[in-house]
Amino acid sequence: MSDLKASDTEAADLDTFRNETRAWLEANCPPEMRKPATSDADVFWGGRNAKFSSEPQRIWFERMRDKGWTVPDWPREYGGGGLSAAEHKVLRAEMARIGARPPLSSFGIWMLGPALLKYGNDAQKKEHLPKIAAGEIRWCQGYSEPNAGSDLASLQTRAESDGDDFIITGSKIWTSYANYADWIFCLVRTDPTAKKHDGISFILFDMTSKGVSTKPILLISGYSPFCETFFDNVRVPKSHVVGTINRGWDVAKYLLQHERAMISGMGERGVGRPLGQIAADSVGTDGQGRLDDAMLRGQIASFDVDEAALAACAERAVDLAKAGQAHPAFSSAMKYYGTELNKRRHEILMSAGGVDALEWESERSRQGARPRAWLRTKANSIEGGTSEVMLGIVAKRILDLPGA
Amino acid sequence: MPLVLTEEQSMLRDSARGLISDKAPVSHLRHLRDSKDPTGFSKELWHSFAEMGFAGLLVPEEFGGSGLGFVEAGIIMEEIGRTLMPSPFLATSVVAASVLSRGGNAAQKSEYLSEIASGSLLATLAIDEGAKHRPLQTSLKAVRAGNGFKLSGAKALVVDGHVADLLIVAARTAGDAGEREGLTLFLVNPKAKGVAIERTIMVDAHNAARIEFANVEVDADSVLGEVDQAAGLLDGVLDIGRGAVAAEMVGLSDEVFNRTVEYLKSRKQFGKLIGEFQALQHRAAELYIDIEITRAATMKALQALDADVVKATPAVAVAKARAGTTATRAVQEGVQMHGGMGMTDQFDIGFFMKRARVCEELFGDANYHTEQLARSRGY
Ligand SMILES: Cc1cc2nc3c(=O)[nH]c(=O)nc-3n(C[C@H](O)[C@H](O)[C@H](O)COP(=O)(O)OP(=O)(O)OC[C@H]3O[C@@H](n4cnc5c(N)ncnc54)[C@H](O)[C@@H]3O)c2cc1C
Repeated sequence: MSDLKASDTEAADLDTFRNETRAWLEANCPPEMRKPATSDADVFWGGRNAKFSSEPQRIWFERMRDKGWTVPDWPREYGGGGLSAAEHKVLRAEMARIGARPPLSSFGIWMLGPALLKYGNDAQKKEHLPKIAAGEIRWCQGYSEPNAGSDLASLQTRAESDGDDFIITGSKIWTSYANYADWIFCLVRTDPTAKKHDGISFILFDMTSKGVSTKPILLISGYSPFCETFFDNVRVPKSHVVGTINRGWDVAKYLLQHERAMISGMGERGVGRPLGQIAADSVGTDGQGRLDDAMLRGQIASFDVDEAALAACAERAVDLAKAGQAHPAFSSAMKYYGTELNKRRHEILMSAGGVDALEWESERSRQGARPRAWLRTKANSIEGGTSEVMLGIVAKRILDLPGA
Repeated sequence: MPLVLTEEQSMLRDSARGLISDKAPVSHLRHLRDSKDPTGFSKELWHSFAEMGFAGLLVPEEFGGSGLGFVEAGIIMEEIGRTLMPSPFLATSVVAASVLSRGGNAAQKSEYLSEIASGSLLATLAIDEGAKHRPLQTSLKAVRAGNGFKLSGAKALVVDGHVADLLIVAARTAGDAGEREGLTLFLVNPKAKGVAIERTIMVDAHNAARIEFANVEVDADSVLGEVDQAAGLLDGVLDIGRGAVAAEMVGLSDEVFNRTVEYLKSRKQFGKLIGEFQALQHRAAELYIDIEITRAATMKALQALDADVVKATPAVAVAKARAGTTATRAVQEGVQMHGGMGMTDQFDIGFFMKRARVCEELFGDANYHTEQLARSRGY
């Protein structure tokens, strides 16, 4: 009976929280911020040189930051909102209900923050977390190297000990936004004699450090959102290592779980106009209001089934984690399915747009927003670990199938 | 509602699993099939079900049931799916109990629900007539005669039709096939004059019947709900049945999958365990992901039914469509990865393939529910 009472008050508190949140979002989220971003320029990434693309974007960011809601579930002392898992779920649902955009997109929030919360020391948490929450420092991820992609642990960038410092030399590739980032979280080899996974450290440094340079790489989407990154004798204090020296692989893997969970959630699930209606605008409808292309309609409907089912699974993954029943490798399962589904979504969008979706450079097409987005999604099943690698992880770590 | 089982629900699952895996492993179904058992299920086991409160799981407490919800019914169905136990649970305890408690009047409820809960009455809903599930296409006629009605027409795939003590028959009292208006539900005694029941031995060795009605006379008291207005009641009850069948399919998919993964870990070819081949590893991983996603969608649908049956349709459509596609894939991969073994009757895998095919047709296949979702979204 007393248990029942406790959960009753919890439920009542949550209802109050829901009502207050709904009212606050209604009053504070500008109407312009209730539609999905249509291009990368429309996304606010923060950082030392950050610029807002519009006044509503600035207002929305600042109001959310002041509430700690750029990172709603982080502790308050680090600039977070201190929300419980249940409250966070309510906030996400309420934001999705009105289509509110995330106020800040950031590798610091999605990847580094969780890793620092788990592995960082006190000084590192106090130094970096509040700046991530406030969008003051923009981070990039220095994992991949030309010869270490899927086989990440074979990385070669060296960090040699020099008193209290490391001297870092080597190069990274596919470093997203390295040319805009202020700091990098980076995997380096601190013990070349140890076994592959045992000689790696996870280290943080400023991209303006002497010896760091970047060179953008042009993509099939016509953008160059990532770079080759070079380190020529970069001096970094050893105190910038997160976790234990030579044990960086643990941090790296933990961060990858968060990265994969984040990537699996891309694809505007449940936000914006339903695919069926977007398609109806260009394809038209028949006398009974059905999409005038039966095969396309069928594709969209089965996409919708899978998307709704995946949304339930994403929700369940969070609930399982909260209940302490989640498998640590489950983010690989979600990453695989979420990215394949997002690619399917953009194939459908291209098909629904027909000839109109082929324009690359025109005002009408907002500089080819649709085909560029379509091409960008092809990377979803590569970045953060390829689909093949995800299936390998599920097979070995969850299903316990024998290694080859 | 979190999409994880509560402690009570986990206990329910464990006790159902214990009973079912102990008393009704796949060999139980195999035995009933091979001995051409006239009832096609075990009465003794059904009584154990009733004693544990499962038969009346959805029956309100005032009628002697457990008054639990659809999530709990789904838990039992999932366990049934794991061993393919033939049982009156779906037809009687889920569908018929829901029709009666949602649509029955006081007299009908008190007459039948407590008997369902005690396990002494078997009941079933007779709905489909054609090859595919199309509730609004009902054309079995009920014409007014004296103070009652006369029923004529035929029903196909009536689950447990040859063992049921009570038939709940969807009939057309007005309008034409395809229309929502004009449907009425009747309680019919299977022994009534003019009822001809043919047990159909089906591919999955579960119970079903074709039933013909030749001017079957029923009185006015046998109408369940309002004359001409059964469509709304049917929408809800069929969604409940769909959610339950989706849960059964999650159970059978999961079981076939577990057996297949075990096989990958034990069968050797080319001097290796076949589970070492990446081509098979990746297919197994994809199937695992499919099943987990379908499990979540099914829990979501059952919770939606518990929250409000009327609003649950889109969630149920997602679950039933996904469950059909996933179960089909699971059984196909199961047979394929077992190689020649998978094709033998001696091996159990084929039983799962057959049951999956039947579950896919029950209450609408994946195409039907995908279409429902498209309509509910207005394109
Ligand atoms: C848009 C984008 C952004 C990125 N951002 C970053 C970033 O910010 N920071 C960063 O460090 N990295 C980043 N990456 C790099 C990304 O993590 C790598 O591209 C990825 O891990 C794959 O490595 P690779 O490109 O070397 O491909 P490879 O490893 O060479 O793979 C080639 C092919 O072989 C397959 N393959 C490889 N190994 C196996 C195996 N064991 N079994 C089966 N198939 C296998 C792969 O699946 C793939 O199909 C980004 C990549 C993209 C596309």
